[in-house]
Amino acid sequence: MIPLSWYLILAASIFCIGLYGVLARRNAIAILMGIELMLNAVNINLVAFWRYLTPSIINGQVFAIIVFAVAASEVAVGLALIISIYRRKTTVAVEEINLMKW
Amino acid sequence: MTVLQIIFLGISVIIVIGALMTVSSPNLVHAALWLILALAGVAAIFVLLEASFLAVVQVAVYIDAISILIVIAVMLTRRAMGETERQINRSWLLAAFAAFMVFSGILSLFSQVPQLANTPSDLVESSEFYIQELGKALVNVDQSIIPFEVASVLLLAAMIGAIFIARPPERAGGDS
Amino acid sequence: MDPALLVEWLVKSGVIIFLILTGFAYLTLFERRVLARIQVRIGPNRAGPLGLLQPLADGIKLLFKEEVIPDKADKVIFILAPVLTVIPAFVLLAVIPLGPEISILGRSYSLSLAGDVNVGVLYLLAVASISVYGIVLAGWSSNNKYALLGGLRSAAQMISYELVLGLAFIGPILLANSMSLKDIIQAQSRVWFIVLQPIGFLLFLVASIAEVNRAPFDMPEAEQELTAGYHVEYSGMKFALFFMAEYGKMIVVSFITASLFLGGYLGPFVDKLPLLGPIYLLVKVTLILFFMIWVRATWPRIRYDRLMALGWKVLLPIGLLNIIITAILVILVGGY
Repeated sequence: MIPLSWYLILAASIFCIGLYGVLARRNAIAILMGIELMLNAVNINLVAFWRYLTPSIINGQVFAIIVFAVAASEVAVGLALIISIYRRKTTVAVEEINLMKW
Repeated sequence: MTVLQIIFLGISVIIVIGALMTVSSPNLVHAALWLILALAGVAAIFVLLEASFLAVVQVAVYIDAISILIVIAVMLTRRAMGETERQINRSWLLAAFAAFMVFSGILSLFSQVPQLANTPSDLVESSEFYIQELGKALVNVDQSIIPFEVASVLLLAAMIGAIFIARPPERAGGDS
Repeated sequence: MDPALLVEWLVKSGVIIFLILTGFAYLTLFERRVLARIQVRIGPNRAGPLGLLQPLADGIKLLFKEEVIPDKADKVIFILAPVLTVIPAFVLLAVIPLGPEISILGRSYSLSLAGDVNVGVLYLLAVASISVYGIVLAGWSSNNKYALLGGLRSAAQMISYELVLGLAFIGPILLANSMSLKDIIQAQSRVWFIVLQPIGFLLFLVASIAEVNRAPFDMPEAEQELTAGYHVEYSGMKFALFFMAEYGKMIVVSFITASLFLGGYLGPFVDKLPLLGPIYLLVKVTLILFFMIWVRATWPRIRYDRLMALGWKVLLPIGLLNIIITAILVILVGGY
């Protein structure tokens, strides 16, 4: 059988790859993709802990469902912001979006 | 090694490759496709964890809804950053270092979790039972009805907000 | 693994692939003949008796056509896109029960590839929308503005109508108290759900026609405005794959409609003669397919903004209302 640590290591590596994407990419949409990867890593952890430690309490899956809802709304608002910015400034590079930065 | 372990390793390799290509591919449409591959791998991981409902929801929400939005957004903004432009910022080495440090930090934390080598006990009930339990838990006053309702309000707010933000400007001159 | 099980799966997969492929080939002929009848023509009747060899002739023609890949196209995605569009049609049919359990030589076989999937209906919804990618990517990778427009239009249309489709699924789920297709069909042994869910059935019908991009919702291809939409640049066998996807999805959607609302394989004497089940199902599917062709022959294409308005402002609220009413009634009457 698969030990729990394998799932945790997989989740940790996805999380860190996503983190690198968020920190290093210039394109705002690519940054959103990195965030999606990180959220997925969290979900793997939640479900793995549910399955291995508390299979009789369903809360792990409930958490995962809530994470799905949060991810969906985050993407909807994030992409709407990006498209709105693109309309006004014709750019999606994050360092050129500096109106609020002084 | 058992068959399950080999399957797990195969899926993990696919996920990690997909994730790496997502953050490194210069062409954003390709990056989005790699992201979809990684997300599909995560759905397979859910099947391995015997959470079949979550696996299907992963496909329905992530692969169908979220990724298609990302693909469309990439296509709509494709004039802004072509493949020829630099896709990573100046401090990408620092970012890679930070990600690596976080990874090793998490790995070192693992030594403090006692149940790491646990193998799962067999599920006592049928998978049907767990789906029913999940449904009941979501609307049970004693369990998670409040997070559930808050999540639905969040979704509604996000929908209204997205429509409001992305609406084209009222006056002429901004139809693009 | 049990070798008998492996053989069973192989046979079932073969049957499903055969069903879709011949179904696709003869659906095109059926459509052309029916359309011709409605428009007071005769239709293809030269190849073979009654034109029965026409699909074969078409296939041979398409196989020998030259395959053109545009110079500036994204080659990998250009080839991947038609494949991505076809696969969901095949994968979807795996969970649909084609008949009741039959027993041959002391072993009982369930007449669906994947057996009884407990989240079957959700699986249908999740897999069905994967084919959006095929269309969007085909439009994008062709590097042609008409193709891109067609692809984006189709994506927006399919996402919008997917919501309505999902809402229409919920009625039968509530009534049958299960997400497994087998339970839903069994729950219709007394009354078909079309009687209990007339609004849901209509919603499902409209949304599924939009989902497979058929007239009057064939916006993505709109010959007159977009030259041909997302598959302008495709030729030869890759073009045939898009066609196969469209007709394959038509067949699968008809199977789903029959299972959710028209009692699936149920009919008189099925419990005594289980082999009648698939025949009843095929008859129902043919009727639904005929209906879809009939709609195509009689209705003009709806304008794109009207189409989106119809989806979001009319069908979606009706769908939500339908669910609320159904849920209240189920609670009051105490379940079906």
